[in-house]
Amino acid sequence: MIELKHVTKKYEEGIHAVNDISLHILPGEFVFIVGDSGSGKSTIIKLLLKEIEPTKGRVFVNGKDIGLISHRQIPKFRRNVGVVFQNFRLLEDRNVYENVAFALRVVEAPRSRIKKRVPLMLSLVGLAAKYRSLPRQLAGGEQQRVAIARALINEPKILLADEPTGNLDATNAWEIMKLLEEINQKGTTVVVVTHNMDIVRAMNKRVITINKGVVVEDKKGRGDFNQYVSL
Amino acid sequence: MISISTFLYNLRQGFVNIWRNKMFSLASVATMTACIFLLGVFYSIGSNFNQMVHDAEEGVAVTVFFDEDASDEQITKIGKAIGDREEVARVEFVSAEQAWEDFKDVYFEGNEEAAESFKEDNPLAKSANYEIYLADVAEQDELVEYLQGLDGVREVHQSEVAARTLTDFNSLLTYISIGVIIILIAVAVFLISNTVTVGIAVRKKEIAIMKLIGATDRFVRAPFVVEGVVIGLVGSIIPLVLLYFLYKAIMSYVTDRFIALNSMVSFIPANEVFRFLIPVSILLGVGIGYVGSRFTLKRHLKV
Repeated sequence: MIELKHVTKKYEEGIHAVNDISLHILPGEFVFIVGDSGSGKSTIIKLLLKEIEPTKGRVFVNGKDIGLISHRQIPKFRRNVGVVFQNFRLLEDRNVYENVAFALRVVEAPRSRIKKRVPLMLSLVGLAAKYRSLPRQLAGGEQQRVAIARALINEPKILLADEPTGNLDATNAWEIMKLLEEINQKGTTVVVVTHNMDIVRAMNKRVITINKGVVVEDKKGRGDFNQYVSL
Repeated sequence: MISISTFLYNLRQGFVNIWRNKMFSLASVATMTACIFLLGVFYSIGSNFNQMVHDAEEGVAVTVFFDEDASDEQITKIGKAIGDREEVARVEFVSAEQAWEDFKDVYFEGNEEAAESFKEDNPLAKSANYEIYLADVAEQDELVEYLQGLDGVREVHQSEVAARTLTDFNSLLTYISIGVIIILIAVAVFLISNTVTVGIAVRKKEIAIMKLIGATDRFVRAPFVVEGVVIGLVGSIIPLVLLYFLYKAIMSYVTDRFIALNSMVSFIPANEVFRFLIPVSILLGVGIGYVGSRFTLKRHLKV
C-alpha cells in the first residue's frame, strides 16, 4: 500500500530531514509514526502526498511509484489519499457542508452525488446538525471532524493524518482517535504522525519511531497486523 | 470538457470572490475604467483630428490645364493616364463651359446681365482642366512631376505648402496616438496584475488546501479567471458608457456654441467612433483581466 525504498530528503540548507528510510505499510494497517519535532516525520507525509520530491530513493503509494507521476496527474493521485492536518486547514469562508462538498466538487461529482454523500459523511463524523456552521463557530475537535469527513468523502484507500490531535485537548483527541480507528476498521489504511505518546501507548498499534531522519524502531501492535515487513 | 454543474459552480465562486474582496475588485475596476477611459478619450480626439486632416487633404487638388491645340481625344487619354495612377483618389474633368459657369456663380452674383454679354465668347475658353484629388498628399510632388512630363499638358497647379504641413501633422499625430495607447495598456496590465497578486496573497492558503485535496490547476484557476474577466468587462463597459455620453455632449456643445467652426470642424458621428471603440475596449478589458489573473496565478499553483 505504502512503501518507501531508501528515501533521503535533503533540504536546500543541507539539512537531512529524512535519511535513507525504508518502510512498508500494508493495506488495512493502522500505523503511528512518532518522533520529536524536527525528526522528519512530517516530511514523510509531504513525500507521500508528492508535495515534495525525495532527493534519493523511491516512494510507492497504492502500488504506484509516485516519482513517475507528472504534475498534471498529481490531482488525480491525491484524490485517492485522504489527508488531515494539525491546524485542520478548512476553507474559512465556507460552512461545514461546503467544506466537505468541496472535495466532491473538485472531482467534478454530479450534484445528486454531492447531495447524497455529504449528509451521510457528516452524520458519520457526528456533525449532521452543524452543517451550516462556519469553521470559526466550531470547537477544535469539531473542526477536525469536518476535515476528516472531507478527507474521506472520496473514499480513499489511505488516510494520512499529520498531528491530528495536536491542537486538541485530551477528550477531543480521544474522540478523534476513536473515529480514526472506526475508519480503519472499515478497511482504510490509516497513517497517523504524532508526538502524543499517551495516545500511541493506549491505542496499541504498530509504531514506527523516527529520530533525526532515521527509523530507530518499528514495533508491532497488539492488533491483527502481524504480516508487515519489519526492517 | 467540464460539466455544466462544475462550470456553474466556478462561475458562482468567481462572483463570490469578487464580492468577498470588494475593495480589490473595486480598485481593479477603477484602474481598468481609468485606463480605458483615457484610451477612449485619446482615440476620440485622435480619430477626429485624423478625420479633419483627411478632409482637408481631400480638398487639396492638383489642377492640370491643356495645350491650346490639344484634341478631345488627347484630353481623354491624359484623363485616363491620371486615373490609373495609384496615388490618385479621383479625377474630375472641368470643361471650359463648366469653368465659366462656376466663375460666373462666384464673381457675377447679382450681376448676371453683365455675364450674359460674354455669352458667345467664353473668356475661359482655355480653362478646361482636370481636378485631381489625391489619396495621399505626400505623393503630390511625384504626381506633379509626372503630369508635367505628359504630352498636351500646358500647366500644373498645386498647393505645396498645405500639402506638406498636413502630411507632417498627420504622421506626428499617429505616432503620438500609438505611443500614448501603448503606455496606457502597459499601465493597465501592470496595475491589474498588481491587484490580482494582492488578491491571491490573501487566498494563498486556500489555494494550497484546494491543491492538497486534489483540485486540478484548472479547477483552482477557474474562479480567478471568472473574477478577472468580469472585472475587465465591468471596467470596460463603465468608461464606454461615460465616453458615449461625453462624446455626444461635447459634440452638440461645440456645434451649438461655435457655429462659425462648423464649416471647418466636422465630428465623426458617435456611432462610427464607438463601432471601433466598443469591441476594442471590451476585448482589451476582458483580455487584460484574463491574462492578468491567469498568469499571476501560475506560480501559486505549483503545490
